[in-house]
Amino acid sequence: MSLATNLKIFFNEAGNLSRFTGRFFKQWFKPRYETAELGRQCFVIGYKSLPLIGLTAFILGLVLTIQLRPSLIDYGVESQLPAIVGIADVREIGPVITALIFAGKIGSSIGAELGSMNVTEQIDAMEVSGTNPFKYLVVTRVLAATFMLPVLVMMGIAISLYGSYLGVNIHGVTSFHLFWKQVFDSLSFTDVLPAFIKSYFFGFAVGMIGCYKGYNSSKGTEGVGRSANSAVVLSSVMIFVIDLLVVQVTDVLGLN
Amino acid sequence: MMAEKNQVQNIEKPLPGEQILIIRHLHKSFGNNHVLVDFNLELKKGESVVVLGKSGSGKSVLIKCIIGLMKPDQGSIEMFGKNIPDINEEELDKIRAKVGFLFQSNALYDSMTVRENIEFPLRRHWIRVSQAEVNKMVLESLEDVGLAHTIDMMPAELSGGMRKRIALARTLILRPEIILYDEPTTGLDLITGKEIIELMIEIQKKYKTSSLIISHDMNCVRMAGNRVAILTEGRCYALGTYEQLQLNTDPLVKQFFE
Repeated sequence: MSLATNLKIFFNEAGNLSRFTGRFFKQWFKPRYETAELGRQCFVIGYKSLPLIGLTAFILGLVLTIQLRPSLIDYGVESQLPAIVGIADVREIGPVITALIFAGKIGSSIGAELGSMNVTEQIDAMEVSGTNPFKYLVVTRVLAATFMLPVLVMMGIAISLYGSYLGVNIHGVTSFHLFWKQVFDSLSFTDVLPAFIKSYFFGFAVGMIGCYKGYNSSKGTEGVGRSANSAVVLSSVMIFVIDLLVVQVTDVLGLN
Repeated sequence: MMAEKNQVQNIEKPLPGEQILIIRHLHKSFGNNHVLVDFNLELKKGESVVVLGKSGSGKSVLIKCIIGLMKPDQGSIEMFGKNIPDINEEELDKIRAKVGFLFQSNALYDSMTVRENIEFPLRRHWIRVSQAEVNKMVLESLEDVGLAHTIDMMPAELSGGMRKRIALARTLILRPEIILYDEPTTGLDLITGKEIIELMIEIQKKYKTSSLIISHDMNCVRMAGNRVAILTEGRCYALGTYEQLQLNTDPLVKQFFE
């Protein structure tokens, strides 16, 4: 395919995604409010993702600490290990890695679920049954992903720091109290706030892209697979793009 | 009704009774593909009309235009005194509450149990009924299709024929006046297909519903239709009883009965 064709496809897709996002904001405030379904989606998207996020966060904290230790010993700042891991975890690694795992689990599941509902006419059946499928399926999932990811990120960071505490104590002895004191002393409000805010954008991007890909999937089982796959790929790329933008904004605001 | 030169004369005798669905001069195109071209049809109260056509002839497009899932380019579809393409979402929902739709793929919600699937239209159409009443209605609908024992099962646990019956039970929960069937026997073996057709006839008798059936299954056409409309070249090419059309000598009509 020529560059012109690729650009045309890219802008076409970007335009369609923007329209889809616009439709979300238009539908969000309109009654009827699907609160029961929103609650169910928060449970599925948030609570059911916690074991995976928790496990990966714990391993991440542990591995990060083990791998950082030799370098810090070389520079003679081994005692700063909890502080460095804490800053890295809260500011960047925690939110981004949690969002990427979330994109892999939730983005693909939303893409595949809505894609298969589209293929098997379940979305049409919903419309015939007096339901606005966009509100019922898309708005609830996007809101649930937006509200649940920041919670998962904060929990993930906390679990990751427990992993780090274990890592610190593999080759040395640091008390539980001292570890957490060092972590909290190194952190300020300006470290936590941008991380928390960007998590909302990550969650929104994952939910929106998953729904967009699934809702507009082409007919057939191949289309369902493609929806799930492209939802993960595009969400992951968007997470890095949003991260880059947030860093620029916080830099301008003097929060870095 | 059939004024076009290349169409077969309408050979059916008009049945007495109120027209419950009137389709006039319906056009629907997708780019240069003209799927429906001046399509006309009427459905009378209590009757069953089968729209017969080859694959890709626009049968599913027709039924989706009738229920408001697609908007026709031109023409009118009158149901319960309203022109479907012109009404707003709220009015359309009220009409849809009186119309059952059996999807070709059944469209059962995979994440819900049979009970939740059947309850869904009842709850979504803002019909205020007590839980006891809902349970009674769900059970009654399931008994109508002979599958009361599957109430707490998931759709994935059911066979193709059972899923079709559950989908039919879901359309029955709102006690519709019209049921639209989109290829009700597709994907089923001959025996199960025949059972589904018999069930459709039974339901029509019990609830005095009118039925519009989209099919290319000649068993379904023969058994379930009071009248048969042949959809070809985007229009209602011929209309009559099964026996009348069977005797028709027009090659386009004849090919369906050979």
